[in-house]
Amino acid sequence: MRVIINGEARQVADPISLAAAVALLTSAPSGVAAAVNGDVVRRGAWQSTRLADGDEVEVLTAVQGG
Amino acid sequence: MDDPLLIAGETFSSRLIMGTGGAPSLDVLDRALAASGTELTTVAMRRVSPASAGSVLDLLTERGIRVLPNTAGCFTAAEAVRVARLAREALHTSWVKLEVIADERTLLPDPVELLAAAEQLVADGFTVLPYTSDDPVVARRLEQAGCAAVMPLGSPIGSGLGIRNQHNIELIVESAGVPVILDAGIGTASDAAIAMELGCAAVLLATSVTRARDPELMAESMRLAVSAGRLALLAGRVPRRRYALASSPPAS
Repeated sequence: MRVIINGEARQVADPISLAAAVALLTSAPSGVAAAVNGDVVRRGAWQSTRLADGDEVEVLTAVQGG
Repeated sequence: MDDPLLIAGETFSSRLIMGTGGAPSLDVLDRALAASGTELTTVAMRRVSPASAGSVLDLLTERGIRVLPNTAGCFTAAEAVRVARLAREALHTSWVKLEVIADERTLLPDPVELLAAAEQLVADGFTVLPYTSDDPVVARRLEQAGCAAVMPLGSPIGSGLGIRNQHNIELIVESAGVPVILDAGIGTASDAAIAMELGCAAVLLATSVTRARDPELMAESMRLAVSAGRLALLAGRVPRRRYALASSPPAS
């Protein structure tokens, strides 16, 4: 199935959890947040959140700024 | 002298809030942060990139500096609210420096979107520190919306033009019931001192330190300038006079 992760279309396994999708980008144990289709998903729910075809996932972290 | 900064019930002994943007390296940033004495420092939220090396968060944690996420780069209230919620989840803080800008060229705040975002985030339990224009009416509306501070600009972000409308900053300070933090436009130490002399509770700056020829030395100068300006405010300056007032007794 195809999902969009941080603006980039990717072929991923079906099913795939949000936790597994985030792990494609980073293994950071903290300091990272994720949203699916604009809604923030708490870290505790990443494992149980299943992505659907076409979902847009945003994975953000803190960088230098401001 | 014990004169802490109080924001939303939290105390800080430093009245200098730093940003982390613009530093040539994490090492330079680290030394500048240490020299500044800051206890509260902003970061931006961006997409995770597998290539990103070294973390500004680790640096702040090691220094014991509290992190203040911003919503830089957001043009609408909806975007800013989403970034604030992601920041709260990622960084475990409900504090946010709220930025909603109108355009890339000036980076000036969009007051309509800013107020809408502030209202929504306050309702959502955030401690909101909004970056705003130097308009006293907008500042008042933000305070009425429940913001924990108001952060008017001295001049556009990164411009180093100092405080272009000191009178407006004084008007904001006069009527504000929350801390007024001069945010953006500081070019050099005297600008920071003036902000404090005008009655601002703190100064937030990044570029003037991180892009200075010697960031560490400029950070120290800003630390001293903020303290000097604060002490001058508390001491009470002499009135300005049109003509001289002899400081020595008459000759006879």
